[in-house]
Amino acid sequence: MAYPKTYRYTKDHEWIDVKGDLATIGITDHAQHELGDVVFVELPKPGTKIEAGKSFGTVESVKAVSEIYAPAAGEVLEANGELHNTPEKINSDPHGAAWLIKVRLANPAAVNSLMDAAAYEAYIAEKGKETSA
Amino acid sequence: MESTTISHTSELRKTPLNALHRGLGAKMVNFGGWDMPVEYPSSGGLIAEHKAVRASVGVFDVSHMGDIRIRSGAKQGGALAAVQHISMNDASKLAIGQAHYSAMLYPEGTFVDDVIVHRLGEDDFLLVINAGTREKDINWVRQNTKGFDCVVEDLSDAYTQLAIQGPRAVEVLRKLTDAELSGIKNYWFTYGTVCGLKNTLIARTGYTGEDGFEIYVPSDVATSEKVWKQVMEAGREFGIIPCGLGARNTLRLESKMALYGHEISDKINVWEAGLERYCKMEKGDFIGRAALERAKAAGLKRTLVGIEMVERGIARDEYCCCNETGEKIGVITSGSPSPTLGKNIALAYVPPAYSAVDTNLYVEIRGQKCKAQVVPTPFYKRVRKAAAPNVS
Repeated sequence: MAYPKTYRYTKDHEWIDVKGDLATIGITDHAQHELGDVVFVELPKPGTKIEAGKSFGTVESVKAVSEIYAPAAGEVLEANGELHNTPEKINSDPHGAAWLIKVRLANPAAVNSLMDAAAYEAYIAEKGKETSA
Repeated sequence: MESTTISHTSELRKTPLNALHRGLGAKMVNFGGWDMPVEYPSSGGLIAEHKAVRASVGVFDVSHMGDIRIRSGAKQGGALAAVQHISMNDASKLAIGQAHYSAMLYPEGTFVDDVIVHRLGEDDFLLVINAGTREKDINWVRQNTKGFDCVVEDLSDAYTQLAIQGPRAVEVLRKLTDAELSGIKNYWFTYGTVCGLKNTLIARTGYTGEDGFEIYVPSDVATSEKVWKQVMEAGREFGIIPCGLGARNTLRLESKMALYGHEISDKINVWEAGLERYCKMEKGDFIGRAALERAKAAGLKRTLVGIEMVERGIARDEYCCCNETGEKIGVITSGSPSPTLGKNIALAYVPPAYSAVDTNLYVEIRGQKCKAQVVPTPFYKRVRKAAAPNVS
């Protein structure tokens, strides 16, 4: 699955799509693949303040519980309620329909320090080499 | 995003099929010091693997399991006496060709490990033990059989063990062997030619709650891969897929089969684990028996129950269980979504006062108390003797 060129990415495998001071956040295709079948998602309510690098929710597969970390600080405007009943969408469309939250960013410029798609792809390729060594 | 199933592959032990699993693109994890496939994205992943075993057939590499052979020395009866001393079930009741579930206990009545004891001959037994406890188990057996006229052999690395599991397993294996499989009852075994390999041990055992077989073939890579490929080829018409430890865990949990380090350990005794039907106090003395007598007299302090989440949330290993008033009363030993039932299930140790079916419990999930209920176990029980369903 391609990594959208306009998104930014974290080392914890979240993506963020910024438009002005509004942003959409989700987990990457690499993340969903590592997790396996996603069966449960817990997301913050609108109005919740999120802090860069701090956990704002969890995604669970059959085997594992994973914290999701905020790529940037801001206030939650909306959580993707669809995922409540169809968490498996995270496996099929992690960069699109299975976005997790929409936020109003405290400082949109801060996102520029995150990896772009090329850097993220290089990052996961490097990680892959480590674990198959 | 951070996963709790992080794998570090250096220094890990590998089964003879390791390269084959990696070639299939399996997701590998560290399981008790072993580099093992947890699921195969090429099979469709954990849930697909689980469902294949319930509906048709799947194959697992379980070569990480250990094997200890105990034979009599100069005199007859030495092996039986040794097995009786170190395990809680009554091995004298085993016919040649029969196996049973048992456990080795510490003097405290707690678990060294659970084992499947196979009686290969009048004076010849094979104990199949867990991977993560191999060294501990073999040392324990050697130490505690010293006073018996028997020979203990560690055959753990001699076998590649494949588990072919599911209602169609018998049809798959029938294509690969001359052995009369319909004559092998559950927990019995035979020897036959499998994939051209003479004298292969074929046991009607498994860890899935489904019908199935475990076969033991020579552990060289070429033979192991050849047998795996022939099993896959024979199973193609039944939709066989490789299955990993993830599905193995959800299958055994639905069937309420214990996992060492979870439902059983060196801190938990036989009565608490609810395994009394495999513990034969009347057979004579064995390690742990005296402590179990005392424990029985003292009464149960905690017992293993099955629970189902009522509120949204997944109970996981080591989460706390609380009562209505919020008091901590117990702990989850295994918890997972159940692919067969579509519910979130778990096993937990709680005081007997909370063990009745329909009792409300609360599982603490990330600081939230989520309602759950005690339910009958096993969560899933296969319908025996029914015709195998047709699965496309």
